[in-house]
Amino acid sequence: MLNKKLMGASALALALTAGAAIADTSDKRIALSNNYAGNSWRQAMLQSWEKVTSAAVAEGVVAEAPAFTTAENQVTEQAAQIQNLILQGYDAIVINSASPDALNGAVKQACDAGIVVVSFDGIVTEPCAYRIAVDFKEMGRLQVQYLAERLPDGGNLLEIRGLAGVFVDNEISAGINEEVDNHAQFQIAGSVHGDWAQDVAQKAVAGILPSLPEIVGVVTQGGDGYGAAQAFAAAGRPTPLIVMGNRYDELLWWKEQKDANGYETLSLSIAPGVSTLAFWVAQMVLDGQDVPQDLTVPFLQITQDTLEESLANTQPGGVANVEYSREDTMDVVAEN
Amino acid sequence: MIMLAYLTSPKFLRSALPGASFAFLLLAIFYVQPNAMSYFGLNMMLQYSVPIALATIAQMFILTVNDLDLSIGAFVGLTASIGATLLADTPLLGVLALAGAVAGYALLGALIHWRNLPSIVVTLGMSFVWLGIAVLILPTPGGTAPGWVKSIMALQLPFVPFPIVAALVIGIVVHLFLMTSSFGVVLRGAGGNARAVGRAGWSLLRIKVLMYAAAGLFGVLSGLSLIGLTSAADAHIADRYTLYAIAGVILGGGEFVGGRVSPIGAVIGALTLTLTGSFLIFLKISPDWQIGAQGAVLIIVLALRALIKRREA
Repeated sequence: MLNKKLMGASALALALTAGAAIADTSDKRIALSNNYAGNSWRQAMLQSWEKVTSAAVAEGVVAEAPAFTTAENQVTEQAAQIQNLILQGYDAIVINSASPDALNGAVKQACDAGIVVVSFDGIVTEPCAYRIAVDFKEMGRLQVQYLAERLPDGGNLLEIRGLAGVFVDNEISAGINEEVDNHAQFQIAGSVHGDWAQDVAQKAVAGILPSLPEIVGVVTQGGDGYGAAQAFAAAGRPTPLIVMGNRYDELLWWKEQKDANGYETLSLSIAPGVSTLAFWVAQMVLDGQDVPQDLTVPFLQITQDTLEESLANTQPGGVANVEYSREDTMDVVAEN
Repeated sequence: MIMLAYLTSPKFLRSALPGASFAFLLLAIFYVQPNAMSYFGLNMMLQYSVPIALATIAQMFILTVNDLDLSIGAFVGLTASIGATLLADTPLLGVLALAGAVAGYALLGALIHWRNLPSIVVTLGMSFVWLGIAVLILPTPGGTAPGWVKSIMALQLPFVPFPIVAALVIGIVVHLFLMTSSFGVVLRGAGGNARAVGRAGWSLLRIKVLMYAAAGLFGVLSGLSLIGLTSAADAHIADRYTLYAIAGVILGGGEFVGGRVSPIGAVIGALTLTLTGSFLIFLKISPDWQIGAQGAVLIIVLALRALIKRREA
């Protein structure tokens, strides 16, 4: 009840500030500089950007919000791209960066030219930029905490990692291992690289399975849970508790298992719609509002209860997604 | 009449093509984005052409002696990584490491000549070695460029933007050395007719070692100028430079064989490549088409050259 009242009050406040925002940023131009578009997550990210920003442009919140993607995932190319965006006189540049450090030169030039820079997902370390970071370590820790809740007796875990040598893979894995150390009932019996792809994960898991004892849980990084399930089924071994990563094929498989035998698990990942969160943060900064320089993105968790709904809203081959509205963004900013 | 005949002669067209395509692209950019037509604009657009021009010159030295270097991108990544770590923290060690890298390149030239190995295979293999060492030195992206490198690259010259002056200096210095000096003629001769140069008493081994060392030196300069701009390094920072450098030399009127190269053309080629990217962004071409459009620009210029060449034959 209290909550409702609060929401009513904040909605009123929002209506007032939103009115002001339309007056303040309607002539502003915000560009997206993106380093890579080669997987389903990035495609969904660009689609979300397009959907939310075109609505914002139509409503007159901002004048323009085009997206630019570099041809190959290269620092030098993206730095040149950012410089070109500076030249074109954009008021804000939203960046998904190819490197945390190597774009700092171009980002500093943008800041010096009076441009608001907001980085997300692939963040930049230049102090003048805003950062919307993902706590990948927490993503690893949450998985083990969930397993500890579901499997109080513990047992052997299989870890499926991402692409070797990539920052994200190191972080998630570090989080998983930290939390496993805190739970004496779990041991990681084996670890393979699934490269965030179902086919690679399936092959890797099938390769290591014969050498493993009984596995009670599989910790993953997203994009690999379905492949792991297939490998267990093909080897004729009982399906362990596999943490999923919000991909359509993973959710579909989970739904089938749930209907057939009441299989229960957790799915979590970052919603590609985080690009729209970055867009609204840029808009809020242009609007003159106080936004902290460092924000953390909430995870998108799918549970047994929300599975059907999430599955219905996810496109085949895609990733479960949420897009942020200006109000959602204000909530995220307020929580940080 | 004679003037007109000269202007339409294949020889003139051939040497004018790199400059003409560069000027055409620049005018097109000014038309689409008038903001670019300023000191600030040119400085921004052409900044990243300095390291590319240096890498292109490095590749050109190798092409001069009929070899092809598939490792220059990885090598620039290595020198950038050394520059942002060792050179910044312990300058003496950094200079030694960079000198060692140049010596490595020279040794490579000696090995290729001595065992008569195909340069493509050797340099392709070496590209993984350079990348491996770079990852060992700088496992995750980061480091800091030394202050003096940054201040050189951020130089604000009166009237003419720094990248243009830098490109001119690079082009003219290498031109004087390779195209007008008598030793330069010998070096190019080693690509044109190695046997004749050898018979005339020149050591082909020394020529190759010298050219590879020169390529290594320009690779070092490329890596340092690159971190001067980015202020930090990444082992993969210059992966694309291998192809950029080859495309730059060829766009600038160079040939894969025969010692037929042009330093000024190569620098213009590098500038053209940089501008192509800007042009496509200014046109707001959808990301899906940008890769193809960049290739299309290359193909158009090369097709024009093929037409001129046919008239030459």
